[in-house]
Amino acid sequence: MINDQFHFNRRSLLLGAGALAGALPILMPRKAGAALRVEITQGNPQPMPIALPEFVAGSPGEAEIVRTVTSIISNNLQRSGLFAPINPAAFTEKITNSDSVPRFPDWRVINAQALVTGRMTRQGDGRLKAEFRLWDVFAGQQLDGKQYFTTTDNARRIAHIISDAIYQTLTGEKGYFDSRVVYIDETGPKDRRIKRLAIMDQDGAGTRYLTRGEDLVLTPRFNPSTQEITYMSYGQADPRVYLLNIETGQREIVGNFPGMTFAPRFSSDGQRIIMSLQQGSNSNLFVMDLRSKQTTRLTDTPAIDTGPCYSPDGKYICFESDRGGSQQIYVMPATGGPAQRISFGEGNHSTPVWSPRGDFIAFTGQSRGQFSIGVLKPDGSGERQLTAGFHNEGPTFAPNGRVMMFFREQGPGPSLYTIDVTGRNEQKVPTPSLASDPAWSPLLS
Amino acid sequence: MIEIGKILRSARLVAVLATALAISACANQNADNAGGAGGGGMGAGSASTPGSQQDFVVNVGDRVFFETDQTELTALGRATLDKQAQWLTNYSQYAFTIEGHADERGTREYNIALGARRAQSTRDYLISRGIQANRMKTISYGKERPVAVCNDISCWSQNRRAVTVLNAGS
Repeated sequence: MINDQFHFNRRSLLLGAGALAGALPILMPRKAGAALRVEITQGNPQPMPIALPEFVAGSPGEAEIVRTVTSIISNNLQRSGLFAPINPAAFTEKITNSDSVPRFPDWRVINAQALVTGRMTRQGDGRLKAEFRLWDVFAGQQLDGKQYFTTTDNARRIAHIISDAIYQTLTGEKGYFDSRVVYIDETGPKDRRIKRLAIMDQDGAGTRYLTRGEDLVLTPRFNPSTQEITYMSYGQADPRVYLLNIETGQREIVGNFPGMTFAPRFSSDGQRIIMSLQQGSNSNLFVMDLRSKQTTRLTDTPAIDTGPCYSPDGKYICFESDRGGSQQIYVMPATGGPAQRISFGEGNHSTPVWSPRGDFIAFTGQSRGQFSIGVLKPDGSGERQLTAGFHNEGPTFAPNGRVMMFFREQGPGPSLYTIDVTGRNEQKVPTPSLASDPAWSPLLS
Repeated sequence: MIEIGKILRSARLVAVLATALAISACANQNADNAGGAGGGGMGAGSASTPGSQQDFVVNVGDRVFFETDQTELTALGRATLDKQAQWLTNYSQYAFTIEGHADERGTREYNIALGARRAQSTRDYLISRGIQANRMKTISYGKERPVAVCNDISCWSQNRRAVTVLNAGS
């Protein structure tokens, strides 16, 4: 059932990080308050020009790996929409030693605002040392410098971690590049679709399959704090919510419920799973504590209550219900109790998901035959549509709450897309085949 | 279907028989697509064998359809279920599963619940017509098992359905 080849183990990454500050002279300090900064919250029409010359290879053996790492960083920054990597053909200075101060005038003349230099060197013990320095070209000053040690097969992760460091220094917010996405891989014709659990880096690279496709699998979700996912599967018996440890491949049915369970999601602390249980014509919300296995009913209505999701502080639950006649979003205390409808915009609102920042709830909107991705504030105000069309569904937030991924049905079937919460910068995520139901992991480091 | 057409043409069978065979072939294919267990097991037989699974699918009708986002049975649906109840009373050896389905114009989780409601409406109706509850179980496939795969209304209406699938081992 589980692909044994794939053990995703955060602890196996022997990652050492050290600062590279202070070794080099600070030349022309920028005036106080004038720090190089990308403004992230507004529609930012001007991405910051950034130069990413290929990292220096410590020896010819690292030539290929530095090329890969540099291009992953460049791709990450470009896809974020906040940075515009400059075509390397325009570079006049060739960086041959990442320890020396760059010739800033050479980079100013091509209008690079920021410059990243780096080096990768194989150590005596076979590990790889990766170093980078981030420069403010116009101030002529180093903004950040770090070094990491890891095994060669973790080169992609090093590239994502360096991307996050650059993003954080230049935006003032945590990045989201060192993260993964679990999703449903789809193959075959629409009436005989094979669905497999799959996991990939957030940039669409490195897809691995967690199931082989014998059983229909749907709606995988990450545990915010461990390497577990929960999902719905039509296994040998009735459809049920499952828990899968992606390090060990261990799989179990969640709870001992008398009917179909579906639409699972972890609590913010990862200790509980909230889900729907079908009871006759109705679906109600239940939560199960993963340690004590104790289950608690949260709703009891003659309605379809589903798509539950916790607020990041764990105090509230948002969910969708048709108790008022159409699918709308409700918020209630995490212990259950009175639920308040918060969506009043046109049409139906479903699949709510709370941003890790707590500021927005994203949803799938349905109106006039179109399916959209939108956001509103947890108090119901500020509803905004980010993208609309024939069929867009199932948003999930990046760990920093600035970007969302969702799936779009188009032509032969579904594909994954990302979009900023501002509604800008829509991008297709490359996947090996059709893909749906994405769920973003927390930051891995 | 093309092959059947050729055989029929070359054999010059009468139109009535040709139509019956064509429907049988279609219905059989649909039952397979719906993920049902029907078709291959005991009592499969041909449409002309009373009490066979094919008899049920072709002569009674194994499925009822629903309006958009609705779970109430239509008049046509109730008429089909009346025939199903009669047949299931006559052939009481069969246990069966009612599969509830939704069209693709909804979100995944809601459609799972919607399909469950459609299966439940069908179940409740058959019980009201005297079929024992312990002969039937229900399952929802949401929007996961469409039988019609075009992207327009004509297909969506065929996918909003509840299918009564006779258990192969019955």
